[in-house]
Amino acid sequence: MTWSSALPVLVILSSLGPGLVIFGLAEHRTRARTALNVAAALTKLGLVGIILVGVLRGEQFQARIPFVPGADLLLRVDSFALLFVSLSTVLWLVTTIYAVGYLEGSTQRSRFFGFFSLSVSATMGIAMAGNLLTFFVFYELLTIATYPLVVHEGTPAALRAGTTYLRYTFFGGALLLVGTAALYVTVGSIDFVDGGVLRSAAESSSRATLVFIFVLLLAGLSVKAAVVPFHGWLPAAMVAPAPVSALLHAVAVVKAGAFGITRVIYEVYGIRVAARLGLMRPVVVIAAVTIIYGSLKALAQHDLKRRLAYSTVSQVSYIVLGTALVGTISTVGAVVHLVHQGLMKVTLFFCAGNLAHELHIHDVREMRGVARRMPLTMLAFTLASLGMIGIPPLAGFITKWYLGAGALEAHAPWVIVVLLASSLLNAAYLLPIVYDAWFREPRTEWPGRTGGREIDGWLLGPTLTAAALALAAGVFAGTSLSPLGWAIRIAREEFTG
Amino acid sequence: MNATVAAVLLVPLVAALAVALVGSRAARYVAGAGVAATLASAIDLARRVERDGPAELHVGGWAAPLGILLRADGLAAVLSLAIAIIASTLGFVTVARTTGRETSAARFFAVWLFAWAGSNALVLSSDVFNLYVTLELVTIAAVVLLSIGGERGALRVALRYMLIALPGSLVYLVGVALLYGRYATLDLALIAERMTSTPVTWAALWLLVAGLVLKAALFPVHAWLPPVYANARAIVAALLAAIVGKTAFIVVLRVWPALPHAFAASAGPILGALASGAIVWGSVLALRQVRLRLVIAYSSVAHTGYLFLWFALATPAAWEGAVYIVLSHAFAVAALFLVSDTLERLGGDDRIEQVHGLSARLPLSFFALALAAASIMGMPPTGGFIGKWLLVRAAIETDQWWAVVVLVAGSLVSAGYMFRILRLALTTAGPIERVHAPLAGQFAAFVLGIAGFVLGLGSGVVLDLLAKGFTP
Repeated sequence: MTWSSALPVLVILSSLGPGLVIFGLAEHRTRARTALNVAAALTKLGLVGIILVGVLRGEQFQARIPFVPGADLLLRVDSFALLFVSLSTVLWLVTTIYAVGYLEGSTQRSRFFGFFSLSVSATMGIAMAGNLLTFFVFYELLTIATYPLVVHEGTPAALRAGTTYLRYTFFGGALLLVGTAALYVTVGSIDFVDGGVLRSAAESSSRATLVFIFVLLLAGLSVKAAVVPFHGWLPAAMVAPAPVSALLHAVAVVKAGAFGITRVIYEVYGIRVAARLGLMRPVVVIAAVTIIYGSLKALAQHDLKRRLAYSTVSQVSYIVLGTALVGTISTVGAVVHLVHQGLMKVTLFFCAGNLAHELHIHDVREMRGVARRMPLTMLAFTLASLGMIGIPPLAGFITKWYLGAGALEAHAPWVIVVLLASSLLNAAYLLPIVYDAWFREPRTEWPGRTGGREIDGWLLGPTLTAAALALAAGVFAGTSLSPLGWAIRIAREEFTG
Repeated sequence: MNATVAAVLLVPLVAALAVALVGSRAARYVAGAGVAATLASAIDLARRVERDGPAELHVGGWAAPLGILLRADGLAAVLSLAIAIIASTLGFVTVARTTGRETSAARFFAVWLFAWAGSNALVLSSDVFNLYVTLELVTIAAVVLLSIGGERGALRVALRYMLIALPGSLVYLVGVALLYGRYATLDLALIAERMTSTPVTWAALWLLVAGLVLKAALFPVHAWLPPVYANARAIVAALLAAIVGKTAFIVVLRVWPALPHAFAASAGPILGALASGAIVWGSVLALRQVRLRLVIAYSSVAHTGYLFLWFALATPAAWEGAVYIVLSHAFAVAALFLVSDTLERLGGDDRIEQVHGLSARLPLSFFALALAAASIMGMPPTGGFIGKWLLVRAAIETDQWWAVVVLVAGSLVSAGYMFRILRLALTTAGPIERVHAPLAGQFAAFVLGIAGFVLGLGSGVVLDLLAKGFTP
């Protein structure tokens, strides 16, 4: 095994190995667990850095392991994979630190961090999967590894949410399995290729078969991406602790679905074949419906995390929308939103976690004047909210700009109306919270601070870091290593491939 | 090579004899050595078949129509290796638990090794009569194992098992006799050459299949199986579910290629229909059980369905898929019975509630449970997934979408009944503390769980070996 084929495997092992060790650690060994977690996250960051430098130099990173007949397990790092890997790695580090603070004093932490590491390992596999079967393998592993996190608190509500989560995700997994198997039967081995695998095969297979398989794959992936009508699990899963919500909404799960949709459209079917089959317009419509529906539902929620969950339903479909519009510019918007939504949503969930942890606030109506007690948390919340709405120069603005321009490029101006409506709705469900927090009188006196800070540094640090990253992604969008710069690079590869 | 083939039969037989001779006090040491030696012989066989290809051994030096032919092909090598891993793991657990004071220890180990030798003989056999004889040997050994142990229900369980196994054998034997009367040989290849389509032949073939279906506990003749699994000693239940319960299917798989096309074409869909019934009915009943062992039992009923689904699909990839289900389910079910055993020792019974908080109380057992469950559900990258994948592919290839639906629905329901248990295991609300249970059983369950995982990740190697010398 050479260095370039070992690295992708090491990226997975750097969280899988420590995760397995953590399972074995006794509950009270907090320090050892934290040290191991952080060391693993930093190692992974280092490995990803090495790969990044290599990819910029034009090196290939690829590992192939024989698996079932006719299909290998293939790990490969292309630009798109690297984008997702980097996002998850950075957010894993931040979320791990946050989780250490959030779960201090709770039970079953070894199990929690063990499964957390497994979830991240599975996500790495999803990101680097070089063919549909490999993708599926890690996609299912992610379901299993995240379930214990969703039910972590063991309350009846958590268990119910876990069951809902499994019903949806296993159903999606089954559709994806059948779609994948059918595709292998129809076209043979399918490694992801820029521009799509089906270019030549499409002529020999019947249109009905290809459409049928496409529907199976997209429906299967839409479950994790929380596309309407497969979104029901996501609001239900908000009963999980805040770090788990961060994992579901930003680091791993919904991202895995959206990422998979992009892979299938661009690198399995290929945009030309997909467009010729007449598949893209229905997807655009479904994404648009999801965007509006999610925002409307968010507006109706009083529970903060539920509101944020519906916001994710809406925001993740931006990625689907941009992908399905089929144009260089909209693709940039889709790909970059994978990162932007992750950074902004992780910030918002950290803030929600801080409020719940420090002041036991769960309802948006309890947030009046809370900025006086927790100014830094609310500053982060405000930044991320403005970003979500799409105020320049924040990250969300970049996304919407490219999506809007992409809609014009794709001759679908009505999409701009959807984007505008969605922005207004975003403002309608986020700005009142911001306003209440900063400008209205609190109902009661807030409980005093402990140790002079608004909240423990383990919680505040990650929150501010995430907010700063979301800010930087927008402000420094013009540089070539920013998410935007990277997204442009990816879009160019997809369209010239 | 001849010696290698002979060794997988002779080593356990000699060991069985030795155990019986030394008596109960020293039995566990001799048995331990015998188990280790048999395991080594199976590993050796697999390595040689992998390197040199299939081998044949004519027992007594006579050629096929007269003598006994043992054929070590890829299927035999893989199966005997899997049997060895399971039988030795279970065997070592029993050795570790035996104190030397049990009066029945020598008898138990002797029969255990004998059953193992019988199973090895079965996977090496390739004529209808040999297959019958070895199937009977394994069945009888199982009955004896069920009756040992002295618990009150033991004898009743053994009888119940025998009452279903004997008619099954009898029906099969009548089929064999009819064939012999008609074609004057028992060799599968020779029968296939001479076979003509007459009512007697068809009746004989149907009897053959019916007898095996009964023994395999394929829906709708599965009702005898759950009570046996529920009441036997856990180690014996594990052996039954993992190895003995699979032998009838192996026999059908061996006999199938020799059957005339017309018969296979008409029997295949019927078996496929029964298999679908088994998957649906077994899975749904597994979902409703309150006892862990009955969940395992009904899951086994469902998995027998996956195996027999192959006869409707009948593509080469599908038979490998069916064998993969045999292997992965064998590992998983043995692991599950060991976990159940650990819980029974702690809590007194096998109600599902005993699993509550397992992830905190007994982490090792929890991981064994989780790994086995993943295999049963067909989660990647376990062996169960490889089996499911190959079967689903074959169903799509042959345009049998009903089978795709059955397979997918079956695996979704299996996720349902396994997660019903896993959810309880993860529920740690309330005062739950780590407890201590005998390590041997826990560790063995974990090893078998890992084996199911390795089976999936290493499928390239296993499938290569499997492809040597046998295609139905």
